[in-house]
Amino acid sequence: MRTLIQSASRAVVGALALGALPLQAQLGSPNPAPGPQQTVAIRNARIVPVVGAELASGTIVFSAGKITAIGANVSVPAGAQVIDGTGLSVYPGMMDAGTSMGLAEIPQGANATMDASEVGSFNPNSIAYYGITPHSAHIGVTRVVGITHVLSSPSGGIVSGQASLVNLAGWTPAAMSVQQKAGLVITLPRAGGGGFGFGGGFGGFGGGANNADATRQREKQLDSLKALIADARAYAQALDASAKDKSIPRPVADVKLDAMLPYVRGQLPVLFQADRAVDIKASVDFASEQGLTAIIVGGREAPEQAALLKAKNVPVLYGTLRNLPSREDDAYDINYSAPAKLAAAGVRFAITAGDGGAEVRDLPHIAGMAAAFGLSKEDALKSVTLWPAQITGIGDRFGSLEVGKVANLVVVDGDLLEARTNTKYLFIDGRAVSLENRHTTLYNTHKDRR
Amino acid sequence: MPRSMLSARRALMLLAGLAVTANAQAPRKITPMLIKNGTVITVTKGTLANTDVLLENGKITKIGANLTAPPGAEVYDATGKYVMPGIIDPHSHSMSDATNEGSLSVTSMVRIMDVLNPTAVNGYRSLAGGVTMINILHGSANTIGGQSATLKLKVGRTIGEMLPAGAPPGIKFALGENVTRKSSTQIPGGPPRRYPATRMGQEEIIRDAFTRARSYKAEWDAYRAKAAMKPVKAALVAPRRDLELEPLVEILEGKRFVHAHSYRSDEIVMLLELAKEFGFTVRTLQHALDAYKVAPEIKASGASVSAFADSWSYKIEAYDAIPYNVAINVRNGVRSTINSDSDERIRRLNIDAAKLIKYGGLTETEAFETITINGAWQLGMEQRTGSIEVGKDADIGIWNAHPFSVYARVDRTIVDGETFFDRAKDEAERAARAAERAELEKAEPNTAPSPRGGGGPPGARPTPPTGGAR
Repeated sequence: MRTLIQSASRAVVGALALGALPLQAQLGSPNPAPGPQQTVAIRNARIVPVVGAELASGTIVFSAGKITAIGANVSVPAGAQVIDGTGLSVYPGMMDAGTSMGLAEIPQGANATMDASEVGSFNPNSIAYYGITPHSAHIGVTRVVGITHVLSSPSGGIVSGQASLVNLAGWTPAAMSVQQKAGLVITLPRAGGGGFGFGGGFGGFGGGANNADATRQREKQLDSLKALIADARAYAQALDASAKDKSIPRPVADVKLDAMLPYVRGQLPVLFQADRAVDIKASVDFASEQGLTAIIVGGREAPEQAALLKAKNVPVLYGTLRNLPSREDDAYDINYSAPAKLAAAGVRFAITAGDGGAEVRDLPHIAGMAAAFGLSKEDALKSVTLWPAQITGIGDRFGSLEVGKVANLVVVDGDLLEARTNTKYLFIDGRAVSLENRHTTLYNTHKDRR
Repeated sequence: MPRSMLSARRALMLLAGLAVTANAQAPRKITPMLIKNGTVITVTKGTLANTDVLLENGKITKIGANLTAPPGAEVYDATGKYVMPGIIDPHSHSMSDATNEGSLSVTSMVRIMDVLNPTAVNGYRSLAGGVTMINILHGSANTIGGQSATLKLKVGRTIGEMLPAGAPPGIKFALGENVTRKSSTQIPGGPPRRYPATRMGQEEIIRDAFTRARSYKAEWDAYRAKAAMKPVKAALVAPRRDLELEPLVEILEGKRFVHAHSYRSDEIVMLLELAKEFGFTVRTLQHALDAYKVAPEIKASGASVSAFADSWSYKIEAYDAIPYNVAINVRNGVRSTINSDSDERIRRLNIDAAKLIKYGGLTETEAFETITINGAWQLGMEQRTGSIEVGKDADIGIWNAHPFSVYARVDRTIVDGETFFDRAKDEAERAARAAERAELEKAEPNTAPSPRGGGGPPGARPTPPTGGAR
């Protein structure tokens, strides 16, 4: 009997193992783990620090995850691993602040792999960090173009949840994490069902039957949002009062209101998803009125609101460069040229691919197109390195090659933004990262079959 | 089908035919154009520095140094610019008012050319990406879809003028998930699922259709043989025409190209084997994102591949897609292109082609071939377009930097010797367009007639604010 059970359970284990293999092959990828933090010196390379002047040929040294020296005549520390950078260029790793990386794998036909949108309209306590799988195949193919860290955001509802900043390397979310809570994602309700994450339009599930109903519903949703913010503010005041005066009782702990604290206190930004000029204006006005620190995400018609955005110092994570123009009489390049217009108007912005995960690797080409349509090449590079880091509050540690900054950097054989450029070495958090990924694995498996 | 509908359809077909004929009879007077001193990427004959290209009567008539402009010619200074063949997109749904006749599993009787909109703005936007010719395909809802249309982007002209005379006809086939619709939500109480719901059913649908087409062809062959005999028997009656099977007979006769939407390698091989059994060659495997797994089989079949450069992971059957797909196919000798399947992506096929150099090491020329001459071949137009050669159609893009650079954009797009996109002109017209828009926005809004008859009072509805709901 015992033997029978044992062999039966062995068979079950065997079946599970057999089943697990194709599943892993289909819905994930063994992104190679990064190596240890070492002392590395890259010599004789062109160095593009983004901040400060480019070095035609120089040395960059990093150790324990931080950049320790950059210059034309830097000495290589004893014991450092030396890379000959002759003919190569060193850039800071790029950043895309508009992704759902690790939260959404296959949108069509594999709904179980879509983990970006919670049920319900108000989910401030839903945090991207807890849903990001380090084994998403998107991570492996994205980082090899030199995108080293991203902001990954939840979506859907009115308060979607909190975005997390992660490095694109690490075996666990903790190992990847740069900042667990980095922004609260809000989409202001729109008449006609926008903001519900599904449906939309009068006929959609979220919309009212007619214009008046839709408007009423929008007002109701907006009131709920304002109430949540007011509650959170009152909760914060009660907490502060109790901290100052022990005789005042602490309010009963509330995870939802706890989640709102850094945002109502203005310590962290609120990411407002808005594309139309009216929605951008509504978001900026709402943030002003509610005392929130706003960042606009998407921002398709941001150039139309440039004066307001500049006056209120609200930055834009511009993610619609490749969108088709929304009106027939729009200039064909209205979205291609939007970053140039924002730059000329003095609006702070970064460029994002505007994609959840699989196409994020197009980020450098998208920034390049902005330069084809009026943005300077230098600003195009900043819009995917320094500026997204500054806008999301990590500019002191990321986004450029400067002594003391995190060693997220990429060594390439050409212009970082060009489609033909090849990555030669990749370092994230000062760790060497393999250039193998799901695509190279499949390529190597099949390329020589004749 | 009621007789009145049939005759209406016939009348429409006649009208379409007349439009084509009328345009063919009245060729336009085309101003000659001399493109001076550019870097000319011929694709088939190398890249030529400081070279002139002369365009006359819609054709490329001379390529060389220091050419003389004929009287009345427009001379375009392309110093520092790049001159390349117009980009060809073998997979588009642009400019069509309908994509899927999804109700049946075999819809070979429907035609995309019947639903094209010559004023669709996306045609112009595609020109702005250097594209001159597209293959407008039926959708992928059914195993055997509708008839496709090869279109030159002569935006502003009639559809008749955009359809190049003599272009071989095509048809869309589709395999895999879009046909089985497993990922679509089944609406409770909605229509039942349509056959086929599996890849097995897809094989059976094609086998059944071609079996019927063979019998139909045999009927006609027998009739024609009898009709050719003298004297003709008085009682000879022609078989009943079947608009579903006629295009399939054309496939069996090698007169119509099959463009087969496919993803997985097993379904690709299924179709290739079935085609071999029925004696035809699949012209293109569209998408074919797993083609790299069976590239030798594709090469042996004579089929070609038209894929995305690097799109992937948008559905289960696209999860094994790799950006090295085209390179593996090219190295196996499979003629390959990249396509857009999108009014957005079509505007940047140059950058998609450039990626092939990184992913799998295509040469620059091989990468250019995937958006020019190979697409021309896939549409049976390689003698006419797809490269810069004397005698070919003057389908050309002029770029302000190397077309594979992300910093490049198109300055001019020329189709059959005429400029259909001119960035300088486009920029110059913007102020006028903005003024016209402002004027229209100031105008009194349309008012609905009051229920008691008569128009509403002027200004009954407020003028929408600028930047208001659109």
